[in-house]
Amino acid sequence: MIEYIWFFMVAGGIVFSAFSGNIDQITVCTVDSAKEAINLCIMMLGVLGMWSGIMEIAVQSGLIEEISKKIKPVLEFIFPNLPSDHKAWEYIVGNMTANIMGLGMGATAFGIQAMKELDKTNPQKGVATDEMCVFLIINISSLQLVPVNMIAYRMQYGSVNPTQIIAPAFLATSISTIVAILYCMIRQRKRRKI
Amino acid sequence: MKMILFLSDIIVPLFIFYIVLYGFFAKLDIFSVFLEGVKKGFQTVVEIAPTLIALLVSVGILRASGLMEFICQILKPVGTVLKIPVPIIPVIFIRLFSSSAATSVVLDIFKQYGTDSEIGLIASILMSCTETVFYTMSVYFMTVNIKKTRFTLSGALLATFAGVIASIVFVGILL
Repeated sequence: MIEYIWFFMVAGGIVFSAFSGNIDQITVCTVDSAKEAINLCIMMLGVLGMWSGIMEIAVQSGLIEEISKKIKPVLEFIFPNLPSDHKAWEYIVGNMTANIMGLGMGATAFGIQAMKELDKTNPQKGVATDEMCVFLIINISSLQLVPVNMIAYRMQYGSVNPTQIIAPAFLATSISTIVAILYCMIRQRKRRKI
Repeated sequence: MKMILFLSDIIVPLFIFYIVLYGFFAKLDIFSVFLEGVKKGFQTVVEIAPTLIALLVSVGILRASGLMEFICQILKPVGTVLKIPVPIIPVIFIRLFSSSAATSVVLDIFKQYGTDSEIGLIASILMSCTETVFYTMSVYFMTVNIKKTRFTLSGALLATFAGVIASIVFVGILL
């Protein structure tokens, strides 16, 4: 799937640019984008590095294990087929907690570890397991409660009431997450029947 | 409002403080463990760097060629049928691919329609309840070398779409 999308974007973009007269921009933009990607990585080495460090303390000290014991009952119906003692639970809990609190990079640190742990018990390497699909869908439905960035932008652009969006954003993101959970439950039930 | 901003200011230090404190009293050598974690973080960045280059280059080409703009134009009649305000359509589409590009479209909307207009509010809420589908899927799946993503994309698009509808409906109720 990803390779088709990527192909479409790159090849389609270049062909289109020939027709739209923008082909001269392609060289500059590919190099600039590649540079931007590496700048992003350098930034991430610092930020993701720091958060991974904090996360490691949380995991090794048993804090995450404690928290996940409490949250697991709630999450268990989202991940019905994941064994109770699976190592990924801690990272899934950590990821969702960090997301809810708006700690983007911290959540990514946990999230990537969660994927790695989930893949360890993956019977078909290279194919996403149910749990991975569910985990990603819920992540993408966005768990962040307070949209700090948007509020900041709104203040910057002269909003009379920048925090007006907090309640509707909270409701909207809850709805998208609920829809995500329902969809995942349906998809996972289908597979179990087979 | 000041309370909310204050709270979001203290979340990071509070979070770090609690974890470090907990680790310290759990008799952990928190300094070494921290370094261990940082090394893992470095590994992760190195692992996802190629994916990031692939993503940013492809999104860059999509934008520079004008293809993104073109697709937005094509989607406009679709959006009108679904009662989605026309300026919002590029935001939705671009949001799937790039957070920064979507943000710049939203800032343009702020400049043109105002932050507190119907369009401005929908854009703000929409950005708050959605994620970049393509980016998130690529980064997470590429770290474990997975190409077959099965129902992830449909679920992600469904959740995003639900968020969009919710944003539009709530702004309608709000105003």
